[in-house]
Amino acid sequence: MKKILLPLFSTFISLLMGLLLGSVIAAFADENPLHILQIIWNSGLGSKYDLGTTLYYANALALTGYSVAVAFHAGLFNIGAEGQLNMATLMVAIVGLTFPSVSPFLGIIISFSVAMMAGALWAGIAGLLKAYRGGHEVISTIMLNIIASALASWLITLPVLRNTENQNPETRQLSLSYFVRGADPLVKFFMDSPTSSSILIIFLLAILLWAFLFRTRTGFAIRATGQNEVAAELAGLNPKLMKVIAMLIAGACAGLVAIGEVNGHTGKFLLGFSPEFGFMGIAVALLARNQPLAIPPAAFLFAILHKGAGDLDIETKNITRDLAVVIQAVVVLSISISPWLEEKILAFMVNHKWGAKE
Amino acid sequence: MILSWAMSILRVSTPLIFASLGGLMSERSGVINIALEGLMLIGAFTAAVVALMTHSPYLGLMAAIVAGALGGLFYAFCVLKLKANQIISGTAINLLAMGMIPLILKILYGSTGATPNLEMNERFLSFPLVLLVFICALIFALFKYTHLGLWISFSGEHPDALESAGISSDKIRWFALTCSGILASIGGASVSIYLSSGYSRNMIGGRGFMSLAAMILGRWRPKTTVLACLFFGLCDVIQMRLQSANLSIALPTQLIQIIPYLMTLIVLTGLVGKSIAPKALGK
Repeated sequence: MKKILLPLFSTFISLLMGLLLGSVIAAFADENPLHILQIIWNSGLGSKYDLGTTLYYANALALTGYSVAVAFHAGLFNIGAEGQLNMATLMVAIVGLTFPSVSPFLGIIISFSVAMMAGALWAGIAGLLKAYRGGHEVISTIMLNIIASALASWLITLPVLRNTENQNPETRQLSLSYFVRGADPLVKFFMDSPTSSSILIIFLLAILLWAFLFRTRTGFAIRATGQNEVAAELAGLNPKLMKVIAMLIAGACAGLVAIGEVNGHTGKFLLGFSPEFGFMGIAVALLARNQPLAIPPAAFLFAILHKGAGDLDIETKNITRDLAVVIQAVVVLSISISPWLEEKILAFMVNHKWGAKE
Repeated sequence: MILSWAMSILRVSTPLIFASLGGLMSERSGVINIALEGLMLIGAFTAAVVALMTHSPYLGLMAAIVAGALGGLFYAFCVLKLKANQIISGTAINLLAMGMIPLILKILYGSTGATPNLEMNERFLSFPLVLLVFICALIFALFKYTHLGLWISFSGEHPDALESAGISSDKIRWFALTCSGILASIGGASVSIYLSSGYSRNMIGGRGFMSLAAMILGRWRPKTTVLACLFFGLCDVIQMRLQSANLSIALPTQLIQIIPYLMTLIVLTGLVGKSIAPKALGK
């Protein structure tokens, strides 16, 4: 009981703290906090189109959330989901433009493999550096993020890739073998909003990753590595290899953002299409306590916040979309101190003879 | 010609040097400081707002120092007192700075984008360079000649040894993190009231992470860290000049920007010399 209830309780408190501080700020800015909440709610869920847009964000946030969470189980902090998803999206666009005339079936298979491989390789660099050379993964993933976006901004200026129809920093449009949005029933249902059937991936992944982490030998070895590397090594496991594997999987998850973006939404790589999904994924993974099954709801929650906050600019006088970032920050901060919080709660319970029945 | 190059390199490196020395203080004491970016944002914003209000860049800088110290103390409170994970709470501080500043801007000036422009007399012309020389000398001396410098290093390498000598490594880290906040904040201030005239949205633009990279490229040593910052500055200047030069052949200027980050990655491989991160870093 304690093992499940306590984290649930402190996660709830974290969320509450975020909303509370958000409300205080709103009150300071002469706005009614309830009105702000209502705007966010309506904007995030108000119509089919709005819900579709929210789901589009939720898709990316869940994938980056998985990416952060899987790495975390191996004791690694993957700040690099941003770079991984950028590389993957860019590579899918490049491969798609190189082989334009394939069947749509093959096009999708190619997209999936390229997206996962590109993400995995980009994350794998950080994994290898950490496992075999001791280079801190936080630093290497930050470097890889910067390198990825600089590479992308250079590659899309090349004549073979550049979209000559407008001035946007983007690649040309992929052929309909890859850009399958037109045939997607979910797109129609959500009134042509940015979401697509790719959202189904995240539910599948939640189950797959849960089963992998908690029901397989390798998953166990990864978690053992994260909890105590020395003990894992003594038990005959290979912690170094596990770190690399965890990073490869993390990268593949982040890479799948490319599917929703290229195949499901725009059909091209647009520089800066991601409003830092990779960093929001950190908040998502933390809120979900790195549990794959809890990540889709956590992602959905942050997606509502992100989508809804966009309308604060227009609908209120003094509050801007940045309120969402502050709420995220407070949630992340509260979760980072939750071990301390949980300890205090436990001490309180013991002192007051609560939970004596357990 | 050479002088103008040297001047521009020095100018763009100034904020990096301040911040990476701040990162150095923190990491040598054993605490990873991802929050540099947020602390720089806080410094840049505070300095610009106070300079606008008081018409004095010096007061702006003072305010940034106070704000930076508070930021550093807050980070220290989270990691040392509440035992929060260093990376998570560092990320949270970055997010907090990114989110709060536009909200305050909007209330103060009715715009989320930028503060009004500073007049010439509200900005620094060369004072940050003087301060830079002073701070560099101070930090070199700190690690080379003083007990305090030694204690900071010990707190990062063997906190237990420090404890058994009767010195609390926690106290050393409180001090180091406060200094780290102040230095990062001065770095931020030098962006907003020295390099440009006023604060504009996300004006730090990754300089905090760049300083962290420079510190690693400089292998956690003050002198080499400063050199690494100058190298980052050099690549930046080359890239800017190439972009404005309007050459007939299209040079991939973005790739020049990559060079320092690539070099930092290579340093992380530990293949070139020994990687010498403080042993107790992050613990």
